[in-house]
Amino acid sequence: MSLELSIKDPGREQDMFAGRAIALFVVVVLMFGVLVARLVTLQIVEHETYQSRADDNRTKIQTLAPSRGMIYDRNGRILADNKTSFSLAIVPERTDDLDALLHSIVEILTLTPQHLERIRNALDKPRRPDSAVVVLEALSEKQVAMLAVNRHRLRGVEVTSQLIRSYPMGELAAHAVGSVRRLTKEDLRTVEPVQYSGSQFIGKRGVEAFYEKSLHGKVGYQKVETDAYGRVRRVLEVQGAQTGQNLTLHLDSRLQVASVAALGERRGAIVALDPRTGGVLAMVSQPSYDPNLFVTGMSISTFDDLASSIYLPLFNRAVNGQYAPGSTFKPVVGLAGISSGVTQWSETIEDKGWFQLPGQERVYRDWSWTKDDSGGQGQVDLNRAIYRSSNVYFYDLASRMEIGSLLEFASQFGLGRNVAVDIPEASTGLLPTPEWKRKAKNQPWYPGDSVNLGIGQGDLLATPMQMATVAAAIANRGKVVRPKMLLSSDVSIDEVGTIDELPSVLGLDGEDWELMIDAMENVVHRGGQGFRGNGTAWAYIGQQVGYRMAGKSGTAQVVEITQGEEYDEEQLSEFRRKHAWFIAFAPVDDPTIALAVLVENGGGGSSVAAPVARAIIDAHLTEELASIH
Amino acid sequence: MTQDFQRRLPSYGASAGTNTSWSDRIHVDPILLLLITGVVLFGLVILSSAVDGNEALFDAQVRRIGVAYAALIIAAQLPPAMYLRWAPFLYLVGLGLLILVLFVGIEVKGSQRWIDIPGLFRFQPSELMKIAVPMAVAWYLQQRVLPPSIKHTFFSLLIIALPAFAIGVEPDLGTSILVAGAGVSVLLLAGLSWRWILGALTLVAAAAPLFWQFVLRDYQRQRILTLFDPQSDPLGAGWNIIQSTTAIGSGGIFGKGLYQGSQSYLDFLPEARTDFIVAVVGEELGFVGIAFLLTLYLLIIARGLYLASQAGSTFGRLVAGALVLTFFIYLFVNIAMVSGILPVVGVPLPLVSYGGTSAITLMAGFGIIMSMRTHKAW
Repeated sequence: MSLELSIKDPGREQDMFAGRAIALFVVVVLMFGVLVARLVTLQIVEHETYQSRADDNRTKIQTLAPSRGMIYDRNGRILADNKTSFSLAIVPERTDDLDALLHSIVEILTLTPQHLERIRNALDKPRRPDSAVVVLEALSEKQVAMLAVNRHRLRGVEVTSQLIRSYPMGELAAHAVGSVRRLTKEDLRTVEPVQYSGSQFIGKRGVEAFYEKSLHGKVGYQKVETDAYGRVRRVLEVQGAQTGQNLTLHLDSRLQVASVAALGERRGAIVALDPRTGGVLAMVSQPSYDPNLFVTGMSISTFDDLASSIYLPLFNRAVNGQYAPGSTFKPVVGLAGISSGVTQWSETIEDKGWFQLPGQERVYRDWSWTKDDSGGQGQVDLNRAIYRSSNVYFYDLASRMEIGSLLEFASQFGLGRNVAVDIPEASTGLLPTPEWKRKAKNQPWYPGDSVNLGIGQGDLLATPMQMATVAAAIANRGKVVRPKMLLSSDVSIDEVGTIDELPSVLGLDGEDWELMIDAMENVVHRGGQGFRGNGTAWAYIGQQVGYRMAGKSGTAQVVEITQGEEYDEEQLSEFRRKHAWFIAFAPVDDPTIALAVLVENGGGGSSVAAPVARAIIDAHLTEELASIH
Repeated sequence: MTQDFQRRLPSYGASAGTNTSWSDRIHVDPILLLLITGVVLFGLVILSSAVDGNEALFDAQVRRIGVAYAALIIAAQLPPAMYLRWAPFLYLVGLGLLILVLFVGIEVKGSQRWIDIPGLFRFQPSELMKIAVPMAVAWYLQQRVLPPSIKHTFFSLLIIALPAFAIGVEPDLGTSILVAGAGVSVLLLAGLSWRWILGALTLVAAAAPLFWQFVLRDYQRQRILTLFDPQSDPLGAGWNIIQSTTAIGSGGIFGKGLYQGSQSYLDFLPEARTDFIVAVVGEELGFVGIAFLLTLYLLIIARGLYLASQAGSTFGRLVAGALVLTFFIYLFVNIAMVSGILPVVGVPLPLVSYGGTSAITLMAGFGIIMSMRTHKAW
């Protein structure tokens, strides 16, 4: 290094500084250029991308869930409504000490460690800063009150409300009204997902399911401006949700309650129709379940109990239980004999208590047959064959009839098919034709099959709703009605298209119907006639009846027992016991109710099912009289 | 040889001239003051939007600006000789306080930056170092022959590194960068050989992986990663950068209009009043608004460098020039960070962001620049 350079020279330093300042200013300008280039990219080149991103930030489309239509009974009592449910939400950013807060919540609401675990899991999920996390749903009113009282201790806690379905009648009308369930991903494949974007529930059973579209309503939208915390600052546009249709059912909740009470603790089903319209006045299937559990949620063990109980509480016996109708089928067979001319009202046969087909060894016995062969109803015409429920008469009649025409006749009453207007899930039962037998069992039709069919046994199956339809058809003197749940709605709804009325039963004149009804009246009212002279049900229900009713009992053999389940011996014998049936209608001159009662494994139709039927009709006619005055 | 010894006439430096103007007498440069005031007013306008109706905040800022102007005037009155004399002490006191703050400092938002004198005030020693470090380096170099030798460069770097390191461990990366930048600016202006500068840059690039591995903390690494892919964590680390670029980009050429920025009004934009305020400018006043602000900044830098070059001593030139460059680093780091080309570090937008300390330091800096230029040669 030279000497000269080591001597300070202010002038040279000033020159050098000026050079450096200029050089660095150039660098500064270049770096400004970098900034400007970046700004040009953001604000000019990609402006539209960021513009739409800002709009997406700012505005949100919120769906407005429609509130579900209410369901009323025919008297305007609420069967299904919407009630407010409260949820607990936490905004973690607004608390100073999350653990202490959770501790307070657990203490205030007396929660279990499992609850706390669930709350922590909910809080751990990814989310936007400052957003509220729903951690507990379906708070009780007491819990809401406790939270309100302790609000000062609970910074960052919010209580939000929403509408949920509520069934005030609980399990009393569960199978009649149906229920909603939490919406699942699978459900969204079967509906218009947009309509359900704000909904949490969907009708899954019964009326709730069939009228889902009308009950649900139409989703609404609002375009809102929200801040970064998701809080709505302004509503920009609203297209309100359309509340679901309110529905009124034919169901009479008082009759429903009376029916449940009449059945008591027994397993079984009841369907009561208004024979003039087909409207379902009562529909009972016992045991039942509380549909509210499916809305508010239940423990896994509760659900397992419901789903796996051998008594099938979730199974709607009224429309899906298929049983041999037994002797309640006899009026249909008798009318078939008259209409086809195979028998006349005046024709009698000798009932010795047993029946044999010509040239066959097998003996078909009457229910009254005894070991000493002293049974039998003696000389029997159709009237007596009905009120005494003579098996032999109907063995004989059925064996003489052409099977095809008998089944065709029975089909007119809605047997073997589902004729209901708005109960698509109802089972069809079974009218066993020779073709069916060949296909299903790979066997020919034997004459003995016809004999069994004559008393409603064999492969014949019917649901309680179908037998109620049969009762209604007889009550109407041949006019067959379709069962239906819906009585009316605010506006016409499109779930039910135009459904043709069923044709009336062919081949019978008014006289025939009155004679059959006379015979069925005798079942109930013919009494004091001594040994083998009374109607089968008279002893049980025939006394002190303030009106005239027609009925027919049935005691059906159990077709099959579900094997392979863990039934113990006692249960097995319980499930092998005969089913008790009773169909009836009243008052006979101008019937307003027709019903079928089935008591599973209940025993005798007259002794067990008939009193249930009478109690229901009593309740119905008393109420009806009460409502007239 | 004669050239080397040839003295420039005193008239070369305006301060030594005979025709002293009124502004020289009060030691203020009217052009620079006008430009600064332009930015300050622009800042107050945009702040009036960013405070979102909170008038108390706005009033507080106006009061701070008043204090800052006073700091400028006072700093301008103090003669350069005094700064030269005080420079080493100021530096040592500042360094002592920086070490002290690590032990007795108050922690705010996870970093220990403040010294609290109960009942009086609290302040950040690191703020003082933004001025003390360039002064100390200039003090050291002005006694030596320039351009600086290796040895002098090394000692200069040591003077810079000690406080920069102490500030970095607080941790306050933003201020650390600014302090280091201020010190290095002195070296650059002192004529550090271009070859060494390029060599140093190469070295820095080579050392970057080690720096990444051993120096940066997790959250700092995360910020850098986020820069390259903000969408990898849009609600967490990426949130700030996504929202600020969205704000700027959505402003377009002319902006959405003052008080009309949805990003800031609906709180999508974080730190809208402080570090991210330029996003409010971009959203509401558009490219035109930011370009106007950048133009003012560029003019301040140009005027500042001109004044520095006219200072009456090497010390004055180096200090003034370094303060101007520090001002540039401030605004560049801030705008680059908010527009998504640098990772997020806590550096405010000079003279615009809400907050007092940096405004006062900056204005005092401008006062020093003016002092260096307007006082007579010494």
